[in-house]
Amino acid sequence: MTNRTVVSFKLNGKETDVIVEPRELLIHTLREKCLHTGPHIGCETSHCGACTVDFNGMSVKSCTLLTVQAEGAEVLTVEGLAQGGELHALQEGFMQEHGLQCGFCTPGMLMRAYRLLRENPSPSDEEIRYWMAGNLCRCTGYQNIVKAVQYAARKLRGEAVETSHPLMTADTH
Amino acid sequence: MGNLDTNLDRLAALEGMGCSRKRREDPRFIQGKGTYVDDVKMPGMLFGVMVRSPYAHARVKRIDKSRALAHPGVHAVLTADDLKPLKLHWMPTLAGDVQAVLADTKVCFQNQEVAFVVADDRYVAADAAELVEVEYEELPAVIDPLAALAADAPVIREDIQDKQAGAHGARKHPNHIFTWQIGDRDKTDRVFDNAEVTVEQTMLYPRVHPCPLETCGCVASFDKARGDLTVYITSQAPHVVRTVVGLLSTIPESKIRIISPDIGGGFGNKVGVYPGYVTSIVASIVLGRPVKWIESRAENLSSTAFARDYHMTGELAADRDGHIKALRVQVTADHGAFDACADPTKWPAGMFHVCTGSYAIPNAFVSVDGVYTNKFPGGVAYRCSFRVTEAVYLIERMVDVLAQKLGIDKAEIRLRNFIRKEQFPYTTPLGLEYDSGDYEPALKKVLAAVDYPALRAEQAARRADPTAEWLMGIGVVNFTEIVGAGPSKMCDILGVGMFDSCEIRVHPDGSAVARMGTITQGQGHQTTYAQIIASEAGIPASVITVEEGDTSTAPYGLGTYGSRSTPVAGAAVARASRKIREKARHIAAHLLEASPGDVEFDLDRFVLKGSPGQFKTVKEVAWAAYNNVPEGMEMGLEAVDYYDPPNFTFPFGAYVCVLDVSRYTGETKVRRFYALDDCGTRINPMIIEGQIHGGLTEGFAVAMGQELPYDESGNLLGGTLLDYFVPTAVETPHWETDFTVTPSPHHPIGAKGVAESPHVGSIPCFTAAVVDAFAHLGVTHMNMPHNAYRVWQQCRALGLTRQ
Repeated sequence: MTNRTVVSFKLNGKETDVIVEPRELLIHTLREKCLHTGPHIGCETSHCGACTVDFNGMSVKSCTLLTVQAEGAEVLTVEGLAQGGELHALQEGFMQEHGLQCGFCTPGMLMRAYRLLRENPSPSDEEIRYWMAGNLCRCTGYQNIVKAVQYAARKLRGEAVETSHPLMTADTH
Repeated sequence: MGNLDTNLDRLAALEGMGCSRKRREDPRFIQGKGTYVDDVKMPGMLFGVMVRSPYAHARVKRIDKSRALAHPGVHAVLTADDLKPLKLHWMPTLAGDVQAVLADTKVCFQNQEVAFVVADDRYVAADAAELVEVEYEELPAVIDPLAALAADAPVIREDIQDKQAGAHGARKHPNHIFTWQIGDRDKTDRVFDNAEVTVEQTMLYPRVHPCPLETCGCVASFDKARGDLTVYITSQAPHVVRTVVGLLSTIPESKIRIISPDIGGGFGNKVGVYPGYVTSIVASIVLGRPVKWIESRAENLSSTAFARDYHMTGELAADRDGHIKALRVQVTADHGAFDACADPTKWPAGMFHVCTGSYAIPNAFVSVDGVYTNKFPGGVAYRCSFRVTEAVYLIERMVDVLAQKLGIDKAEIRLRNFIRKEQFPYTTPLGLEYDSGDYEPALKKVLAAVDYPALRAEQAARRADPTAEWLMGIGVVNFTEIVGAGPSKMCDILGVGMFDSCEIRVHPDGSAVARMGTITQGQGHQTTYAQIIASEAGIPASVITVEEGDTSTAPYGLGTYGSRSTPVAGAAVARASRKIREKARHIAAHLLEASPGDVEFDLDRFVLKGSPGQFKTVKEVAWAAYNNVPEGMEMGLEAVDYYDPPNFTFPFGAYVCVLDVSRYTGETKVRRFYALDDCGTRINPMIIEGQIHGGLTEGFAVAMGQELPYDESGNLLGGTLLDYFVPTAVETPHWETDFTVTPSPHHPIGAKGVAESPHVGSIPCFTAAVVDAFAHLGVTHMNMPHNAYRVWQQCRALGLTRQ
């Protein structure tokens, strides 16, 4: 029987224990064992970023990290982005600016943009494009993703934003 | 009726056609709550991994699966021998050929499927796949399609070596698939013989791949107790898959349920049936447990439907003023080892015969030869609308070549040759009837928007300066698309007419569920179909649930590809809505105690003519439909429509690209890309714009970097994201979009398809711009991809790299 290890980490604020082989990739643990199927797999060469999660305050491609490396870590996935029943400004932004189509890159995009805006709350369009370059999208051509991140940046800075999606009712602002 | 503000409020509440309604798909996707195939988990589910060929062409001498079978956690290892008794070691393709499911006596392309290992999970299956030992005897590979028909070329398909005729007529060589011709050859030849000016240009549209971010996969579950089969699958045509599975197995279609859940992009990659689906289904039937198969990116890029690979020679005949008199085209089509090219049955080269483009060309002749090579199958994919990408590339490149020869401006020569508005419906010399178009104002709008004369002046100044490092190129493209396959008299998929369908059921509370025979892969159907129903039946889009993809619930349809959803299913949606509206009007008349002729539809209600105060809302009528209908009328309020389109729709566009090229590095920088699309009536402008952005980005990728080259031994080079160019946000240019509206006269709401237009139109526009940067030095064409190395080679050949 293969050597197995118990790994404990905090997933979206909740203490989580998993039993894994040392070779198990974090993306598979999240998807198969924790049933957080928001993060996706789009490649095996670490290019696409569909698996991006926030890991100890960093954007990490979870297909390129072993679960055993997550011992004691704080992991945030797209499932943990909305807080207290309220969508995160980025989630609103992606809906408002049509920053997604098939939705497959979206969880990784959101998690990368989440860290980007913490590191750079007022990015230029060029900075967003550069800082999001670890995330591939096949549907949008990126233009509306840049707009979505700018929307979230404005909202997080406390500036006025226009919302018209029914999920974004006035009282959530 | 009523005051204007009230009407506008009611109109806004409907969220119908024309508004940029926010998407109903988004809430689940932004919270990680989509359901894609690999998210599906079933009790007892196993995982399958494919063992693939390292050789492009080789005999399979022996397969030893004993070590794999002995590995703990392995449940089965399938080879061709296991599939033979079921007659499933080969499967039929949409092109009328067959494709090996698991290689029997030989492999015909690298990474071909050889064995299928089923284990407890994907880690164990991957381990066991390494333990399957296959002995091969390598054979010489055929890589160059132009050499495939040489007398001494190795025979790729021994299984059909002696077949004199294939699915598309006579075969003249064992590696010959078909010759397809259209047009009047003699008349065209005569025009060429007597023409004032002729030009000829060869060009390659390289092999590329749609590369959806989610790869192909499925979960097959055969329930032995119930005798039924359920398959979750990445399919753009689930009903067709159900019919095919029914034909291949002994299971009736009523006991087969194919479910396309959320799909992470399709782009034509997910139309056909792949060996992985078949082996998963067989393994599930054999083992009586669900079997999941999810391919890797490298497997996706090397074994599922590629796009293009057309080697084309175009010729134009014209007078000295640039008026085109005839077009002649010869194509060698590289289809790989099996012809699995997804096309309507009668069209082995798709709709390539739209290659006379936006121009009133009186004579044309086209000949396409399909050949086998030791490469993976495909051809039609990646927003091609059935080879329209190739057709538009051919004609737009040729018009540029002609303009260059005659010294006529590239925009001007297009204006001189356009089919004029009053000529529609216009029958082309290759037999297509374009529905509507107004090309001249579209091009003029784009030329004005980019200040085309100023761009040409700047280019002239740049060309006059011998020290300028950056060359400047301007690309102009005017394309006519053909989408919405299609009329059943012309178009079928494996014998099923290419109609599509919609079923709408209105509930007592006035909300509704609607299902269609198409299947979205991100194009926003769940949002936009509801907008059509809202406008046509007066039911607010917010209370309409749209579903697709489950063959046990949705009406039979042909799926989503070829930008056919709006032209075909969109028409069915409108017509089903109108059936509901008409029944509702009769119920309203009954409630108003009026004659139906005196009651008319107004946004969301039925009003007694001349008495605007007397009306019944659609919501009120829905309730009545379940308790108080006119005598003799069936209760309930629902409708179905199967729509067989009378013609395709022919959207068009005018694109301009401006780019700069470094003569020292070959690096290109897109300065500006302006895209005008006319798809008739626009259902949701926000969604159209998203489709355009995505399509233009694909076009940028194809033209500037993507390719799947092979070495002489048949090794696929660059079949992972390490080399295969998928642009990030940094490389992707900023897009400018525009539109005009020229409705389709035959479509119920005047709407044409559009989603593939940006891909189809932008690729020749990028090539046009790159070539134009060198046009003053006599360059007429450069083959894609226009990456820095290749462009630098062009600079070097012209002596431009010397300081």
